[in-house]
Amino acid sequence: MGLLNFFSKPNPTALLRLPSGSFTMDRHGQLIVSTLPSTFPEDVAHDLGRAVMETFADARKAGLHLDKLVLQFGSLRVSARDLSGGAIVFFSPVTPISTSAIN
Amino acid sequence: MYGEILGQLSTKPEIHKANNGARAMAMLDSEPFHLLICDLKMPKMDGLQVLSVVRRQHPHLRTVVLTSLVDEQFRSRVYALGVDLFWQKPGSEQEIKQFLECIESLLGREGSVGFRGVQSKSLVDLIQLECISHSSSVLRISNGIYTGSIWINEGELIDAETEDARGEAAFHKILSWKAGNFETLPPNRDRERRILQSYNALLLENAQAQDEAYHDDASWVAGNNPNLSPQLAPLARYDGVEFVVVAQGTNKDKFESHGIEAAEKVAAWTRTSLARFRPFADRLQAGPLEQIEAVNQERRLALAEQGDTEFCVGWRASVKAESLVPRMKKLLSLWVS
Repeated sequence: MGLLNFFSKPNPTALLRLPSGSFTMDRHGQLIVSTLPSTFPEDVAHDLGRAVMETFADARKAGLHLDKLVLQFGSLRVSARDLSGGAIVFFSPVTPISTSAIN
Repeated sequence: MYGEILGQLSTKPEIHKANNGARAMAMLDSEPFHLLICDLKMPKMDGLQVLSVVRRQHPHLRTVVLTSLVDEQFRSRVYALGVDLFWQKPGSEQEIKQFLECIESLLGREGSVGFRGVQSKSLVDLIQLECISHSSSVLRISNGIYTGSIWINEGELIDAETEDARGEAAFHKILSWKAGNFETLPPNRDRERRILQSYNALLLENAQAQDEAYHDDASWVAGNNPNLSPQLAPLARYDGVEFVVVAQGTNKDKFESHGIEAAEKVAAWTRTSLARFRPFADRLQAGPLEQIEAVNQERRLALAEQGDTEFCVGWRASVKAESLVPRMKKLLSLWVS
């Protein structure tokens, strides 16, 4: 048993800041508009948008017609609205002074 | 440099070093460690990525972030991952001393965990054991995301505390938790006394209260849904709840429900949705997926998981959005796993 200790070395990877902004996806899964920073990986936005749309569609099949979906991560809140088959997705970092209110 | 600083620890722990996150994780997999200290800026994998994996694969490992990066967002994210300590790299002798005290305390706390031998005992057994043997300790109890503490000095119950209760109210609340983990911490003899009754009287009072609650649940079940299991009853009658669907394990047919007709479809949707979004926690480096909420014109829904049990709860539309997270936490604490 012991204690493991390691510290920064040269060439550290850049830390990804939590995104703040939104993107819109059409019903065919194409990203239309985005206000997310350019450093935010497009594949993540794409996959998340599709996952949101699939979740809205699956909810309809289960008899739950949803208008809005909110994903509460430990330090990020992602909210999405159904846009007639497409979706608009908002990112809000959760800080100690932010709230988790949805309307 | 920090190896030398850590060498000043009075407990003289064995220190291993890794020059990147992947190497550290390989070392953690190969032998048991007590504590991991890591930076946020590192080659190959950054600290958040490393900690996200480590917290999942080694949940009992104590973790500390030591970094020169001073940013409130990263501090919040680190704590959201469940890291024990976020520490800015010390710049003075005094700060080094404080840092070492914190590390010593974390190592000591890990070493003082004494419940491995009595894990099969209930919390009531444990309290009786501590009181009968005139022990002094602080019992720290965690139940999912809730934590509570009970102070015992020389066999006397002194105080109890949860997030929203103190004294006897907190003691009864903690004892109402049906499952959880215990940890003994060193006694705090200066704790102000808020509990004046004897432990025997309080335990008796608690047993009576739980018996009454059980009978209340039983008569509510008989009047509303005679097929409802005792596990589901407290959730189903919780204020503001319209329906509950609980899916357990990987068997898609294994679910319980109350207040909804198409429960099977909702159970399947719950499983799929939680599984679909869970991987984004790592991809976004945003801490674990705590809850999914959904809104339509009729009600609010909240999806959450506890162990291998997944919950979909339909809340009345009048329930305020900002209260959904605390309500779900309370609701899940009522579930007897």
